[in-house]
Amino acid sequence: MVVFKKPEALADVPLHYCPGCTHGIVHRLVAEVIDELGIEGKTIGVAPVGCSVMAYNYFNCDMVEASHGRAPAVATGLKRANPEGHVVFTYQGDGDLASIGMAETVHSAARNENITIIFINNAIYGMTGGQMAPTSLPGQVTQTSPYGRDVKACGYPVKICEMLSELEGPEYLERVAVNNVANVRKAKKAIKKAFENQLNNKGFSLVEVISTCPTNWGMTPQKALEWVDEKMIPYYPLGVYKDRSAESEEK
Amino acid sequence: MADKALMKGNEAIAEAAIMAGCRFYFGYPITPQTEIAAYMAKRMPKIGGTFLQAESEVAAINMVYGVASTGMRVMTSSSSPGISLKAEGLSYLAGADLPSLVVNVQRGGPGLGGIQPSQSDYFQATRGGGHGDYHMIVLAPASVQEMADMTVKGFDLADKYRMTAMVLADGTMGQMMEPVSLDIKPSDPIEKPWAVTGTQKARKHNIINSLSLVPEELEQLNIARYERYKLIEENEVMYEEYMMDDAEYCIVAFGIAARVSKNAIVEARKQGIKVGLIRPITLWPFPKKPLLAAADKVKAFMSVELSMGQLIEDVQIATQFKKPVHLCNRVGGMIVTPEQVLAKIKEISENGGAK
Amino acid sequence: MSTTQILIAGFGGQGILFSGKFLAYKGLMEDKNVSWLPSYGPEMRGGTASCSVIISDSPVGSPIVSTPDVLVAMNLPSLDKYEDAVVPGGTIFVESSLIERKVKRTDVNVVYIPATKLASENKIDTLANMIMTGKLLETLGMYTDEGVRAALGKVVSAKRADMLEVNVGALELGKNY
Repeated sequence: MVVFKKPEALADVPLHYCPGCTHGIVHRLVAEVIDELGIEGKTIGVAPVGCSVMAYNYFNCDMVEASHGRAPAVATGLKRANPEGHVVFTYQGDGDLASIGMAETVHSAARNENITIIFINNAIYGMTGGQMAPTSLPGQVTQTSPYGRDVKACGYPVKICEMLSELEGPEYLERVAVNNVANVRKAKKAIKKAFENQLNNKGFSLVEVISTCPTNWGMTPQKALEWVDEKMIPYYPLGVYKDRSAESEEK
Repeated sequence: MADKALMKGNEAIAEAAIMAGCRFYFGYPITPQTEIAAYMAKRMPKIGGTFLQAESEVAAINMVYGVASTGMRVMTSSSSPGISLKAEGLSYLAGADLPSLVVNVQRGGPGLGGIQPSQSDYFQATRGGGHGDYHMIVLAPASVQEMADMTVKGFDLADKYRMTAMVLADGTMGQMMEPVSLDIKPSDPIEKPWAVTGTQKARKHNIINSLSLVPEELEQLNIARYERYKLIEENEVMYEEYMMDDAEYCIVAFGIAARVSKNAIVEARKQGIKVGLIRPITLWPFPKKPLLAAADKVKAFMSVELSMGQLIEDVQIATQFKKPVHLCNRVGGMIVTPEQVLAKIKEISENGGAK
Repeated sequence: MSTTQILIAGFGGQGILFSGKFLAYKGLMEDKNVSWLPSYGPEMRGGTASCSVIISDSPVGSPIVSTPDVLVAMNLPSLDKYEDAVVPGGTIFVESSLIERKVKRTDVNVVYIPATKLASENKIDTLANMIMTGKLLETLGMYTDEGVRAALGKVVSAKRADMLEVNVGALELGKNY
């Protein structure tokens, strides 16, 4: 009896991620959702620049590699090319989505572009070796904030879900985490909803996933998971920040 | 001729693109090319196409990248400062071997510059615009009719060679009206098995990508791309020769500068000076062969351009420095006049072509 | 082989570009080579506007009119700016209800028309440009009734068909002035 197998939408290749990194979990969740919705054949994924740049090798659906921060613009083109025939998702990190690509993020949300965005927030630049991210916590030590993030000099972290929830455009915004089994289950539910929204033509859906980076945080994988609970979640509270359809049903 | 309509160059580009089968336009307003966006905004919704005013030039070129990935015809347009913003995207389009059409209706620079006509993006266009080894096919129309024709040609060449074609015009070409005949039928679509349209679980997944971390592989990709460029240089060069049969002096100019030069040539010939024109229509690939052939016949060349001496370098390279190449130019939004060109022709001919 | 280079200049809002377009269309419909080039930019929004029109038996080279055969000056700054550029023997049409001074050149033909005043008197305030244009066509021997109607058919929007006759009226007013 098979008790555990690779989702079909996930390619059978070794991932390059560091030990303990939660990218693998989120990749798997996205692939499971694609399988369950039976949409692999019409899904097009957009990979970012950052640690998940090679996500184009890891999913079995058609994939496009975007330039740094521009994934929502590329996704806009892909979706508009065939609104009924394409299911389009982007997979972006915090540097990509919340720093260099902020304009594309905000405006695709404002347009309620019918795409799904998976946003990995691990509060650091992983690929370039651990520099400060727009989401790095106050006081967080990184290679480019060696004395801790000084909010007087470099400002405060950007809370994407809170910020976008002020816009009329987006359909659905939720922040989840993948640091324990219960959270992983909730994350999958959110990711599934973000894809279902697109299938139902409801529009822009973004799931922010609080993730770990043990290598650049300088922690063991176990300690990193605990740090998510101790430091990250208090600053970035989990939950639904916007769900227009649910809100209108309540009314 | 009465069946022709008067159209602005910018409008001719927009209508020709639609007739060539383009149903996707992404752009951001900037003078002097905004008529293209305005035209698309009006027409696209009526024919089931997409017009989207992007949040920036950067976003616009990446929306182009998205549609191009699906194999559909797509375009954007801008003017000089906006093209600089798109340069990153141009490099990615080249790296991912995606076909697209980009229009640059040039204005004076650098920086914010001015809004009057210029040709000072010649280097940027003919050398690719962004980072890395690559070219764009660069088409330089010199009439409103050619604005339309080069747009259609650009889409065809872009599809054929999987690369960006740029229509390099200037404010004059964009704003002027001339009679134009739009008898355009879209060419037969080219198979694009590389496009991302969903696997339908019937094939291996396609990947549109410009990343290649293995140097040996990236080198081979570049070499293969340049093999393709070689074919383009052999097969796709376009130029016009004007009064070159008995010419002793040869003007090289494109776009509006070529038109001004023609007036000067007519005048010079009335005064007994045998001068002709070679007008590159493709700026890349550059018409090297006819220029080299002319170098054996004429006493000197003169580059007439709206830049500080950009085209002249390609003329020198193409003619292998066999004959002197003089410069006649205005910049910053100023345009050479026939009188200025004529005066320079006279000066050169009085010195027998010597510099 | 003849070429007529026309420069029309005045304030934005005086219909400079429209009358240029009308002249270009008239040329086109008479199988001439034509070009029309506007000034563009901030000056379109209320400042000075100008428009180069070339009508020729041979293909048009440069579309920029720097030495006009015909200058239509709709305001003083335009006359000041372009008077000296007109070729000797050329013609200057002066909007004389807005421009008080006379043309200084003695080697050009000059036609004075108080077009704005005429337009106002005839309750076609926005058509001073077409009054000037009617006079221009008449003076250059280019006025034909069919010709102007055919060209107006191209430049007057089908939705405003009533404006066609009004424009014809303005052109005739200029022609007969």
